[in-house]
Amino acid sequence: MRIAALILVRVAWLAPTLAGLVAIVFVISRVIPSDPVALLAGETASRAQIELLRQKLGLDRPLPRQLLDYYGQLARGDLGTSLFTTRAVWDDLSARLPATMELTIAAMILAVALGIPLGVVAALYRNRPTDHALRVVSVAGLALASFWLALMLQLFFAMDLRWLPLQARITGFPPPPITGFYVIDAVLEGNFKRLGDVFAHLILPAVTLAIPALATVVRFTRAGVLETLQRPFVTYQRAMGIPAGLIVWKYVLRNSLVSTVTQIGLLFGILLAGAVVIETVFQWPGIGAYAFEAILHSDYAAVMGFTVYAGVVFGIVNLIVDILHAVLDPRGTAA
Amino acid sequence: MACATCLTHGSDVATPGDKLLEVDHLCVTFATEAGAAKVLDGVNLTIRAGEIMGLVGESGCGKTTLANTILGILAGNARAEAGRVWFAGEDLFALPQRRMARDVRGRRITFIPQDPFGSFNPLFSVGAQTRELMKWKSPRRAPGEHQGLAGFFARYPRARRRADAEAIVQMLRSVQMPDPAATAGKLPHEFSGGQRQRLMIALALLPQPQLVIADEPTTALDVTIQAQILKLLKQLAKSRGISVLFTTHDLGTAYEICDRITVMYAGQEVESAPVADFFGRPQHPYTVRLLESLPRPGRELREIGGEIPRLIDPPSGCRFHPRCARASEICRKERPPATSLGGGHEVRCYHPVETPP
Amino acid sequence: MRTARDIALKLIGDPSAALGLLIIVALVAVAVLAPLIATHPEAVWDMNPRDRLLPPSETYLFGTDRMGADIFSRILFGARITLTIAIVAVGAALMIGVPIGLISGWCGNWLGEALLRVSDIFLAVPQIVLAIAISQTLGPSIENVILALSVTYWPWFTRLVHAEVRALRHETFIEAAIALGVPTWRIVLLHVLPSVLSPIIVRTSIGMGFTILTASALGFLGLGAPPPAPEWGRMISEAREFLPEAWWSALAPGLAIFLVVMGFNLLGDGLRDVLDPRIRRGNPGR
Ligand SMILES: Nc1ncnc2c1ncn2[C@@H]1O[C@H](COP(=O)(O)OP(=O)(O)O)[C@@H](O)[C@H]1O
Ligand code: SF4
Ligand SMILES: [Mg+2]
Repeated sequence: MRIAALILVRVAWLAPTLAGLVAIVFVISRVIPSDPVALLAGETASRAQIELLRQKLGLDRPLPRQLLDYYGQLARGDLGTSLFTTRAVWDDLSARLPATMELTIAAMILAVALGIPLGVVAALYRNRPTDHALRVVSVAGLALASFWLALMLQLFFAMDLRWLPLQARITGFPPPPITGFYVIDAVLEGNFKRLGDVFAHLILPAVTLAIPALATVVRFTRAGVLETLQRPFVTYQRAMGIPAGLIVWKYVLRNSLVSTVTQIGLLFGILLAGAVVIETVFQWPGIGAYAFEAILHSDYAAVMGFTVYAGVVFGIVNLIVDILHAVLDPRGTAA
Repeated sequence: MACATCLTHGSDVATPGDKLLEVDHLCVTFATEAGAAKVLDGVNLTIRAGEIMGLVGESGCGKTTLANTILGILAGNARAEAGRVWFAGEDLFALPQRRMARDVRGRRITFIPQDPFGSFNPLFSVGAQTRELMKWKSPRRAPGEHQGLAGFFARYPRARRRADAEAIVQMLRSVQMPDPAATAGKLPHEFSGGQRQRLMIALALLPQPQLVIADEPTTALDVTIQAQILKLLKQLAKSRGISVLFTTHDLGTAYEICDRITVMYAGQEVESAPVADFFGRPQHPYTVRLLESLPRPGRELREIGGEIPRLIDPPSGCRFHPRCARASEICRKERPPATSLGGGHEVRCYHPVETPP
Repeated sequence: MRTARDIALKLIGDPSAALGLLIIVALVAVAVLAPLIATHPEAVWDMNPRDRLLPPSETYLFGTDRMGADIFSRILFGARITLTIAIVAVGAALMIGVPIGLISGWCGNWLGEALLRVSDIFLAVPQIVLAIAISQTLGPSIENVILALSVTYWPWFTRLVHAEVRALRHETFIEAAIALGVPTWRIVLLHVLPSVLSPIIVRTSIGMGFTILTASALGFLGLGAPPPAPEWGRMISEAREFLPEAWWSALAPGLAIFLVVMGFNLLGDGLRDVLDPRIRRGNPGR
């Protein structure tokens, strides 16, 4: 019941928040000095042709009117048509979503799988050399410019050592997608040579994307575990001789994760933000790179579409986090 | 290995009247920012098999520290500087940490915490937490089972699991939980404070220990429930012949449950006597003050004149001397030796209170 | 109340915070003294085709770039840009975010709620997405980067201050002041604001680091200061086409960004420990 109410409230707030977001980006994107219509129509187009195109795109109407039209369009689930790809923005984004998802999930797995154990270790060795070292490393992880890290990794592992491919998702032309997740597709087709190739392409961007998220996970896990270690049930389990490893890795960790889970939304924000830059560096054909190109081309519909898309995804992730939190902690009593 | 159900330490079971636990001149210091705090300074305590020993003293006198020292779970900044803890003839300080955790804690010595609210993990069902304990501490556990890293991943053997489950249901009945079958599936917060403490008692008795350390087990409970819990603990311990170290700052509580009482003051024991002698013939000035401040059972020990001494530089000699009306020169110089008055009554005072026989 | 001197002493006592402080002091010194320290101050903006893409040497400590400019000197001058962007953008975000947070936290009514929701809108997408959109729209320049960053960072201060003020409202000393009829503006400025100062200072330090990262990303994407300016992010993007041969031209500016952001983060962490032990170490300030 509590969870249902939670979902309702959150969904109810999502709509006005997105509407506000759309309004902000709408206003910003219309103050452009350059004229995308002229760009689109080409250099040889006459004034009349440009005007015609402008009318066709509805860009001649007053701004509030355009905004209202856009809301109506969104309500119908239509994100408009990209001026440059001339395809529906929804289709563009959907086609590119698997690439971003694959990259983000790989980074998330790396960050969580490494970050949680490291965070626990840092907490257990609090204020000892191991903890200090991990602290420096995690602060450093948050201080690296992701595009620079990407270049350095490319320089070292792709250009110098030639162990890994420089960029792109796959060698040669992309295969016809089944799910769009190349890892899954390769497994489904039983094509393990391709699977290896896909993994090789995934490593550098995923590692780059994972680093700041990893640092964040380490810090939150450390804080959560330290807080949980103070709780009486830890003393009780120790007094009853439950193996120390079990106390830490099963009971303490479970309680600290409740607070760590609330940070997944934040983590996701870091990953999504990182994707825009990192996809551009690695020529990764995801929605981040798409958004960046759209911005460079003043492609209204695509920019708006991406923003709304990101807002919705972000909103859903935060909703899931809240639900997860409610489920993990039945009474709000964990650390 | 041939016998999976035999007790790990069958040969060590003490006969009634034997010394089960002997704390000998124990000194524990805590490293703090302000310096080393001598929290326990030469504590002596003896518990016989089957006996319920009350350890009484004001808050902060070191009861929990003593309990933790016996269990071997002192905080990281604590150090046992001197003394020994003998348990069933074994020197616990000489036992390796691993054996202490595996064979002593939760097995031969179990623990009932002060705070039954916080001492359960809120995210795991009571059943899961009970099974975890029994997986490691069941009396049916074979000596060679689950050890080291392998034990970490080891399964809980099916046959033992079933026997343990039966023991759990029986034990829940013994501690008078209303619905033993439904108990296991519930989360800790679904129980009342009294029920949680009954569960804690059940958990402490399930491994069939020789000694239960109950650290202020009723302090966090309603007064009305305290008496029931104490009665239950006493009855179950007596019927199983288990010794209990029961700490409290409440003399009334100690009176209801204990066979013997030891009074501790600022990290030193000052008087120890069978309960009748203790209330009838108190010898130590501090004990007398405690009893005077107790118009009726159930009242806390607060209104004793003077301050509890700072343990970083404690008073010399008898630590009670700054608050003692009978103090003389020698009291300030040297800690009084233990004087036996017969019948197991011992007191540490140069000028004991004369009480008419 | 701890004095500023106690806080300073404690900060210096914590090795990592002291290191952070040292880095920031060095950054400020370098920015101010750039013309004096730079080995080739004249070669920061000029073309020098003969010395194109030279590896690090005694003359050119960090090598030269594609224009033949001394990278070491460019980085020193770049510190000015970095510092300006960080100070002005975070300062502006403070000016916008803190008052709005005070108002929304103090007024529990519709106004407070509405202000909070407005700040939520800005947090509905990652900062860089909005910042890219804004700076692209306005055209590449340092001023526009500053504008984009401050417009997108203020909600963090609003959220922070809002939460603190909400918690404070029912403190005895505030309620006493209300009961005594002290004017609201006096209560807010003289009692509430000083009490929320600690988390604001911590957030400012971490926000500086974060803002420098975002600004350099904008520069890298071509949305920052226009070409001859020695902006660190742009220097990295210009070095890209000469990889792997001229690796030094990408290495040094990245290390500079890293060092400076690390300095602000370490200082922020240290300040958090000293000023506000309640806040958990672990919030990276995004
Ligand atoms: N981890 C610790 N560090 C420093 N001092 C401690 C620590 N634990 C307990 N003490 C001090 O030791 C003394 C005895 O504490 P405790 O054993 O808990 O007393 P009791 O259980 O009798 O109330 C107190 O003065 C307490 O402040
Ligand atoms: S030894 Fe001296 S100071 Fe201590 S209790 Fe006895 S009379 Fe008082
Ligand atoms: Mg205690």
